[in-house]
Amino acid sequence: MTAPAIETAGLIKRFGDNTAVAGVDLTVPPGTVYGLLGPNGAGKTTVVRMLATLLRPDGGTAQVFGRDVVREADAVRSRVSLTGQYASVDEDLTGTENLILLARLLGHSKPQARDRAAQLLAAFGLTEAAGRQVKKYSGGMRRRIDIAASILNTPDLLFLDEPTTGLDPRSRNQVWDIVRIVVAAGTTVLLTTQYLDEADQLAGRIAVIDHGKVIAEGTPGELKSSIGAGTIHVRLREAAQRPSAERVLAAVLGTTVQQGSDPVALTARAEAGGSERGAAELASQALARLAEAGIVVDDFSLGQPSLDEVFLALTDRPGVPA
Amino acid sequence: MSTDTAETVSAYAPSSETLGAVLARADRPKRPSAWAASLTFGWRAILKIKHVPEQLFDVTAFPIIMTLMFTYLFGGALAGSTGEYLQFFLPGIMVTSVVMITMYTGVGLNTDIEKGVFDRFRTLPVWRPAALVGMIFGDVLRYILAATTIMVVGLILGFRPEGGFLGVVGGMALLVVFSFAFSWIWTMFGLFLRSEKSVMGASMLVLFPLTFLSNVFVDPGTMPGWLQAFVKINPVTHLVSAIRSIMAGSPDMAEIMWTFVASAVLIAVFGTLTMRLYNRK
Repeated sequence: MTAPAIETAGLIKRFGDNTAVAGVDLTVPPGTVYGLLGPNGAGKTTVVRMLATLLRPDGGTAQVFGRDVVREADAVRSRVSLTGQYASVDEDLTGTENLILLARLLGHSKPQARDRAAQLLAAFGLTEAAGRQVKKYSGGMRRRIDIAASILNTPDLLFLDEPTTGLDPRSRNQVWDIVRIVVAAGTTVLLTTQYLDEADQLAGRIAVIDHGKVIAEGTPGELKSSIGAGTIHVRLREAAQRPSAERVLAAVLGTTVQQGSDPVALTARAEAGGSERGAAELASQALARLAEAGIVVDDFSLGQPSLDEVFLALTDRPGVPA
Repeated sequence: MSTDTAETVSAYAPSSETLGAVLARADRPKRPSAWAASLTFGWRAILKIKHVPEQLFDVTAFPIIMTLMFTYLFGGALAGSTGEYLQFFLPGIMVTSVVMITMYTGVGLNTDIEKGVFDRFRTLPVWRPAALVGMIFGDVLRYILAATTIMVVGLILGFRPEGGFLGVVGGMALLVVFSFAFSWIWTMFGLFLRSEKSVMGASMLVLFPLTFLSNVFVDPGTMPGWLQAFVKINPVTHLVSAIRSIMAGSPDMAEIMWTFVASAVLIAVFGTLTMRLYNRK
């Protein structure tokens, strides 16, 4: 039996009086993308930094491919790479210089380092920008050079700490595609994110973290069905019709309907879990009933539960907005 | 130019063939030696100088000003003429300037370490102190540049060392060795103090007494006893005496030994403290 890529038991980290990680148990099978989902300050980055040998745990154990992150730190370091929340490359150096520098530190000879750098820059579409300082790169290019720097030696485990925070949608999609290719090549990826959407797109399993603890764990499907399939957002033409629209929706959906601060907006969870019917079917019924009642609807949408709603469901309080 | 960049970005689509090819698992190269890793980090420091050459301002302009200022300020009063004073004073001001410049090692580390790139360095399976040793190697180049600048200014102003070319080079070499060792004090401050400003403040507090309460500017013979006691144990005093003797062509072995011992102690104590802080950061 092969060792899990990551196995932690009761992992704890304190910073002064603040317990950033309060007993985390994780098991990440090799060859998968595992998502750590949680708001800012939940302790995701601290978990990653302990696993990447950057921080010493104050309690519990953590192993990467069966090697202890404290006692066998060097063995762990030779198998992992980290792409941090902020670009983990030297912004004063050019793309080529960064990659050659790191390749040399990994033991490549000068010609090997040069070849490897050129090869990676080409694969990440950065050949034209190779001679420019990284601080002059766009956000998406920075992410790419950062990931390129992480796979100079193809790692067995790659930590991606909020890889798409602050990126435009196109660059985000590029990063997602890269992650899929990296995993297909056999690298295990531990991804931290604040976006359920991102975890859903990429991760095979997700651990939801809050206040330094795992509050839910499972496949994206399991997590979503545990909190309801989605949320219906309705915008009415007439604010005066809102009370009657609320009654109609409550009757169809069987849940409480929330009135937004916008006088024409209504929001309700589509609780598909309890009944045989899917969320989409519920939504179409709700729309039909509103029409029958003569209520004019300008906008009607069924969305995935947001991270905020996941948190509301899991903790009975709203998540911290990003 | 900016539209070019935008087009490059939008044109990029990760391809599973090319990316898959670079991800193919090859044999990992052997981990570099401590020396090779340190030199590679030294190369990083040189690249940074190449990209921001203005940072050499403080190792050229500052020493020139120090030399001119004190030579003309004290020369006439202390030695009768600036030419006379320079024979005594130049090795000392060279030490003062270079030792003062070492504090930029701490300031630089303090700002550098906050950047994400150090996270990557610290997750590499290389000899741990290499990142810092390499950084100081880069600074050593700056020390050499500063020492050379002062020597050139000194020679122009009329400094005539008896020891000739070899004496001058030997004296500068000893200064560089000591400055390398001395830099570890600042790496320690750079790691435990929170801001660049506090590193500057702390280093002034150390540097002013250490350089001024020495034999750099005047003969300690006229100082009160308690001050002479400090001047005598001050490693800068021994360094200055050693360099004066080397440049004068009659090396004082005892003073040179003292300097080497001081350097070894500085590295042992502050190098160890620095690495402790570095591993915990």
